[in-house]
Amino acid sequence: MWLQLLLQIGFSYLATIAFGICTNVPRRALNACGITGVAGWLVYWGLLQFKLGHMLPNLVGAFVIALVSLFFARRDKIPVIIFNIPSLVPLVPGGIAYRGVRAFVLGHYTQGLGFAVQVLMISGSIAVGFMLAQFVSAPHQLLKRRD
Amino acid sequence: MAQENEILDTCLIAGRIMVESGSEMYRVEDTMRRMAANAGAMNSQIFSTPTGLLMALPTQDAVQIQQVTMRTINLEKVDRVNDLSRQFAEHQVTLKQLHQRLTMLDHDVPFFPVWLQIMAAALVSCTLMIIYGGVWADFIQSAVVGAVGYAVFYFIREHLAVSFLSEFMAAFTIGFLAWVLVHWHFGQSLDMIIIGAVMPLVPGVAITNAVRDMLAGHLLSGIARGMEALFSVGAIGIGIALIFRFFS
Repeated sequence: MWLQLLLQIGFSYLATIAFGICTNVPRRALNACGITGVAGWLVYWGLLQFKLGHMLPNLVGAFVIALVSLFFARRDKIPVIIFNIPSLVPLVPGGIAYRGVRAFVLGHYTQGLGFAVQVLMISGSIAVGFMLAQFVSAPHQLLKRRD
Repeated sequence: MAQENEILDTCLIAGRIMVESGSEMYRVEDTMRRMAANAGAMNSQIFSTPTGLLMALPTQDAVQIQQVTMRTINLEKVDRVNDLSRQFAEHQVTLKQLHQRLTMLDHDVPFFPVWLQIMAAALVSCTLMIIYGGVWADFIQSAVVGAVGYAVFYFIREHLAVSFLSEFMAAFTIGFLAWVLVHWHFGQSLDMIIIGAVMPLVPGVAITNAVRDMLAGHLLSGIARGMEALFSVGAIGIGIALIFRFFS
């Protein structure tokens, strides 16, 4: 169990940083990107263990990623999107999309549609996660402006 | 008059670089508006889409257009434009210097070397394959397939100007290699190897960005970006699909 946890942490960190290299993230932001990726993936993976389906873990994972990115963006004065993009990669429903395509090609249209809807719902819940994070950050900004 | 032309020109260059590098529309408009305001031009009007930008100042009759012809992801450029905008706001650079630096930035921003990017793609493929529940026996195989797929994607994108061809060819290569490996019993799970290897190419982030643009009220940009993402998903899907149709 602990080994499994360590593996998840290490590999999500590596995957996030490696994707950051593919999208040319500034070098000084790479480590923070990795930490954001780990935070998002761990929350997603942890919630998945409680058998809550895919949407809630994705939503909360995206929410955590958005919050941690906001923190690093404020701290390092770097646009928040630079932390968001690589750290979202582990959450992207690539596997489900793949199964959908395969089902369509092999003629299992109903099954394929099911996967397609699932991809849509997961993308939607990731977007909602980000939106919720904006609700948290907006009052914070207002308070700051008043000071 | 000349001053205002320079303001428009500078803001539009900054905007174009940001759209080309994959920034959100909200940030593009925000940066352009701030730059104009810091240069002394209040109430600038901006209309932005992923294929072109329009900007007008209330004191001037004309509107200026800047076309955007390519869209990639290059986050270093977004960061540098953001930095320059901050420096301009703090009066560390003049408008003329800002214009010069933006033009320079457009041409030479260091990218990670190609071999490092390909290695990184390999790392993305194998690590994601494992945390998605793959088996260790496929670890090296998915790294190799992912690296080759990304290399194909990279070289076609650099040398041929046909959109979506790079995604299609890369996905086809990935599918074919994975099939060959599994067919000759060098790999166990065809599905997991392909899912891992395709991850560096998947525009899932573009889809999420499109949804965010939509939610932020940039309906046109959201639809345009969503369509682009959908087409690259389609290209990847068809590339993989060919393998299933004719080989397995």
